[in-house]
Amino acid sequence: MKSISKCTLGLASALLASTAIAGSAQAEDLTLCWAAWDPANALVELSKDFTAQTGIGMKFEFVPWTNYADRFLNELNSKGKLCDLIIGDSQWIGGSAENGHYVKLNDFFDKEGIKMSDFVDATVVGYSEWPKNTPNYWSLPAFGDVVGWTYRKDWFEKPEIQAAFKEKYGRDLAVPATFAELKDIAEFFQGREVDGKKVYGASIYTERGSEGVTMGVMDVLYSYGFKYENPDKPYDMEGYVNSEKSVKGLEFYKALYDCCTPPGASNSYMGEGIDAFKSGQVALHMNFAFTWPGLQKDEMVGGDKVGFFANPAGPDGEKFAQLGGQGISVVSYSDKQDAALQYIKWFAQPEVQKKWWSLGGFSCLKAVVEDPSFPASQPYAKTFLDSMAIVKDFWAEPSYASLLQASQKRFHDYVVAGQGTAKEALDGLVKDWTEIFEDDGKM
Amino acid sequence: MTETNASLLDRAAQAAARSTPEPVARRVRGLSDKGVAWLFIAPTIVLLLAINIFPLIWAIRLSFTNYRANRPNAEVVNVGLDNYRRILTDSDIWFAMQTTAHFVFWTIVLQTLIGFTLAWLIDRKFRGHAFWTTIILVPMMLSPAVVGNFWRFLYEPQIGLFAYVVSFFSGIPPTDIQMLSSVRLAPWAIVIVDTWMWTPYVMLICLAGLRSIPDYIYEAAEVDRASNWRQFWSITLPMALPFIMLAVLFRGIENFKMFDMVNLLTGGGPGSTTEVASITLKREAFEKWRTGFSSAFAIILFVAVFGLANIYVKALNRVKSR
Repeated sequence: MKSISKCTLGLASALLASTAIAGSAQAEDLTLCWAAWDPANALVELSKDFTAQTGIGMKFEFVPWTNYADRFLNELNSKGKLCDLIIGDSQWIGGSAENGHYVKLNDFFDKEGIKMSDFVDATVVGYSEWPKNTPNYWSLPAFGDVVGWTYRKDWFEKPEIQAAFKEKYGRDLAVPATFAELKDIAEFFQGREVDGKKVYGASIYTERGSEGVTMGVMDVLYSYGFKYENPDKPYDMEGYVNSEKSVKGLEFYKALYDCCTPPGASNSYMGEGIDAFKSGQVALHMNFAFTWPGLQKDEMVGGDKVGFFANPAGPDGEKFAQLGGQGISVVSYSDKQDAALQYIKWFAQPEVQKKWWSLGGFSCLKAVVEDPSFPASQPYAKTFLDSMAIVKDFWAEPSYASLLQASQKRFHDYVVAGQGTAKEALDGLVKDWTEIFEDDGKM
Repeated sequence: MTETNASLLDRAAQAAARSTPEPVARRVRGLSDKGVAWLFIAPTIVLLLAINIFPLIWAIRLSFTNYRANRPNAEVVNVGLDNYRRILTDSDIWFAMQTTAHFVFWTIVLQTLIGFTLAWLIDRKFRGHAFWTTIILVPMMLSPAVVGNFWRFLYEPQIGLFAYVVSFFSGIPPTDIQMLSSVRLAPWAIVIVDTWMWTPYVMLICLAGLRSIPDYIYEAAEVDRASNWRQFWSITLPMALPFIMLAVLFRGIENFKMFDMVNLLTGGGPGSTTEVASITLKREAFEKWRTGFSSAFAIILFVAVFGLANIYVKALNRVKSR
């Protein structure tokens, strides 16, 4: 009888304990919000280690890129509690900091010994700081990304193609050193038959709805000498945004679109670019670095068939690239901020960051990317490093959405629809952006 | 009514009265018929006020402010009629209105012509007409999201069937037929899809109109030896006209606020070539987050549709009373 009582008592205790543990785990489950793309799957894999170490479960809310900004900015604006952690786009930082959506992380970083100097400088400025270039941190650099190029290495190596190129341009067919050379290569491949199939020059960003055409145009304009504002007088854009050099850059982008893109590529962004490259349609492909691991692994166009290169130089030899990527932030409306901070502390560790890179996540930690073995760790690793060294980003002001929509319209109207001139498009952009900053009381 | 039935009804009424809780019954007993009627419609009215009238009043209020939904902490300033002035003097908004007018005009013209012709043919009641009616109705039963995606693939210059069919008949290479990328063709691409999808709807309404014409009128015309053409102009068209006008009204209102199909097909592009008013409104409200400005724009669109529809309904009534 005594043993039965003991047994019953033991079972009851075990049941009670398991219920309590389950309850506490449920209470501590964190929800992380991000875009639905390949790196998100890698993060799910990586986060299993966090759960194993801390007992805190991880739930994920991933939204496709086309709805990513709408969905999560709505969530933040309505002070929703869906996300405890959010990997928000770099341009959201101004609005999210000023509107109180993100928890300021300075005290936490100081307490936990997390140093921003341990992360790639451009990613700290791009993903974490607001106001820019001040030590006010709202996120931890989570995923480094940058626009670069992939090309069909196997086509470049074909003797008959090399000979035809040399005959036409008087130089060897190789990775372009300048944008002018890039256009020559794209023109050379446009409509050419390769392996019995008609191929095209380049896939570039032309998407109208979200941010596509702006990311593509900016990626080129920077190297042509475009500046957002007078360095000595913030928000003074006249003569900088619409400088002669910027006009030349925009004209170049339109010329590249007109001469060398596949038919119907008038609304092309990341997904369409990947499709064009994977289906063997294009010789050159502009896209963010996050696409590179997938292309490298692709059975049809990956392996030895694909090569990577950073943005070539503009007419004056300047080289810049459009920054992508995001930082991870704690949402100020979350009831689980302590657990969320625990996740950030865990994520910042060098060994976790190393694993993050190995799973396909682009780490921003210097200990990872400056490791001597890093450039050889993947075929695209060096291009990633080279590209990250030359990044520039779009406005990260609280009004970034309005600023972006203005540029989307001006660029798409000119580049794709062929309305007006490059000068008119950029003059119009200065007018739009000035109005927005005036509305904000910044001018 | 027989005595048995009456006693049955009495018993049922007494049973209902007994089953009503006394306090409720006592309370209800004091209400007039009008009071009971109000009691029944009150939930609906409350619901309507909450989901229709209140948001409308709220939007009107916001339209006079600089409110932005993405800046909940920012000070909301009353800007008077400034938003309305900016909208009415904004060349981009006027361009969007012109694009909308082009879309509405051509879809209505094509759908009415084709829809009425199809209805007239179906009304002949030929062998298998029921089968063909069902086939013709299929497009309008599909979701606009499905139709948008489906036609996007059909219009693809490299793999799309549309380009190949046009190429087959015209000899133009399919890759040159860029329906969604060409500034010249894109507005027509959305007109074609909308016509494909909604002509059956116009056809149905016209068919109802044609079937409502009594046969004896045609029989009288036959006796008078009126030609088929004369019968069509003097009987068919005038008597079906109120139905045609109704179809035009429905399609006009629907297409004035067209969003989903255009968004899926072109997203307003290339450039702003197919940016109809609803796409501009969505961009202002949910991409630029200019909530006050977009509220003013929504009010202007509402007044425009409401005003035009009212004028049209008056014309319709005049035609019906003839």
